[in-house]
Amino acid sequence: MSERTEQSGGVEPAFRWPSEGEARVPYRVFCDAEIYRRELARIFLGPTWQFLALEGDLPEPGDYLTGFLGETPVIVTRGTDGEIHAMLNRCAHRGNLVCLKRRGHTDALTCVYHAWRYDLAGTLQSVAFRRGVQGKGGMPPGFRLEEHGLKKLRVDRFAGLVFGTLSEETPPLSTYIGNLIGGRIHRVLYKTPKVLGTTSQILHNNWKLYVENVKDTYHATLLHTFFTTFRLSRLTAEGGVDIAEGGGHHASYTRNKRDPDPAASDKMYVGMPSMHENFRLADPSFLQSAEEFGDDTTTQILSVFPNLVLQQIQNSIAVRLVLPKGPDKTELLWTYLGFADDDAAMTERRLAQANLVGPAGYVSMEDGAVGGFIQRAIKGSEADCSVIEMGGFDHISDNTRTTEASVRGFWHAYRPLMGL
Amino acid sequence: MDLARISRRLEIAELYADYVACLDGDELERWPDFFVEEAIYRITSAENYEAELPLGLIYATSRNMLKDRVAALREANIYEPQRYRHLVSAIRLVRDEGEAVEATANFAIVRTLQDAEMTIFAAGRYLDTLRRADGAWKFARKLVLLDSRQIDTLLAIPM
Repeated sequence: MSERTEQSGGVEPAFRWPSEGEARVPYRVFCDAEIYRRELARIFLGPTWQFLALEGDLPEPGDYLTGFLGETPVIVTRGTDGEIHAMLNRCAHRGNLVCLKRRGHTDALTCVYHAWRYDLAGTLQSVAFRRGVQGKGGMPPGFRLEEHGLKKLRVDRFAGLVFGTLSEETPPLSTYIGNLIGGRIHRVLYKTPKVLGTTSQILHNNWKLYVENVKDTYHATLLHTFFTTFRLSRLTAEGGVDIAEGGGHHASYTRNKRDPDPAASDKMYVGMPSMHENFRLADPSFLQSAEEFGDDTTTQILSVFPNLVLQQIQNSIAVRLVLPKGPDKTELLWTYLGFADDDAAMTERRLAQANLVGPAGYVSMEDGAVGGFIQRAIKGSEADCSVIEMGGFDHISDNTRTTEASVRGFWHAYRPLMGL
Repeated sequence: MDLARISRRLEIAELYADYVACLDGDELERWPDFFVEEAIYRITSAENYEAELPLGLIYATSRNMLKDRVAALREANIYEPQRYRHLVSAIRLVRDEGEAVEATANFAIVRTLQDAEMTIFAAGRYLDTLRRADGAWKFARKLVLLDSRQIDTLLAIPM
């Protein structure tokens, strides 16, 4: 396949990225079906690592779960060898889904259609009626089981997160993530996590509008007014954004000075600016955090290119996976975490602070809608561009959140993969 | 069935009718009054519930937290104008001890946004504990179990 041929023929009509570079993003990249198909092939099935599971989701040999590389279904298993394997959830025979359930436990992966049976590493073990019935039919003598396994992914792990990739070109996961963002992942996932629950949000927007939102450190106190309305945080809180070389991954963070007397709830408001002087929460106790990471960082929002988010907001920890479901539809899968050694009080704190995030989250529900608002607004404006100049034109780390540098970083990583 | 039991059934059915009328009629300020002061309110998926995972999409452990939810919806959170229509059916008193009752009910919620088609936003069941205090029934615990784990766009108005 010639890259050049596909590049000129793939996107119709061909367009040139604006000369301002990543400070302009043409709206057509959020609408165009051809661009979307190219993303599925070049990003999601291409040289990127994508989050598949938590190691703890598959404790025993025989455990499996299903997931996606973009829109392509995959199976993740714990094999009899104790290793984690991943493969496409598509029978090598006629393309049927092999695993129908989201998770389970099994000795082997057997397709329901014609009972082709694979081991937990995806290698074909048997084919029903391979030798025919009563001397008639059956597979040709030259049919070799080892040539017809489930298509296997490369699998790698980082801090208890399991990733997969179909491409041989994807660098090793730790190299791909890098030390800067890797350290920030380890900062949060520093011990064995425990799942507290999951949820899913259907967003009526292109997947990249949600990724932009995650990387956009500028909007937080403007779109989400909960903290400022109820005088719970300072707009001036110390913070910044770390951006990986290449721009694809980021971690934004906020640091608050520790309250010397956190039990005194009346002190929560001292010295905090406010937009509406009169509003107070009747029961702010759910926001009382326990310092658990030892660095006064109250919020850290992290992304790994292309579609993983790791969130720490106070004691609320969650992994969010952004799954494309069409040019204008996205599924956001949330997995809320605690740690295996949390005591009851810490679990209760995490559950209470989960009110901040998710589909009903005090500081996140707007994120579910704003992408859809953009998707509606840009209809008919595919030739126009967004303006992403806050903080300049580059995509380097900064000690302020009043910047869109990490948004530009995403596009910097996106463009060469897409040939745009 | 004795008259007291029949009477309780009617009272509980009336409470559910009033509860959904409050939510569907945008009288959210009245919503916390359906609960006792130390009420537990939780919305989660049947999947989380069956896996014994404790997460709540909305999780409150006091009536004041419900008041705060309403205050945030009124003053802080941004969402498109929308209306719910709750359809509640099959109210069952699974435990009836006079002044304390456990009830379950099915619900479906049709959500109407200003410029979009009506959709079935949620369906599921309530698993509730009710107490009679000062002559009025209140929810001591309300567990809203959603049949689907998928939430379309966002969940603003309570269920």
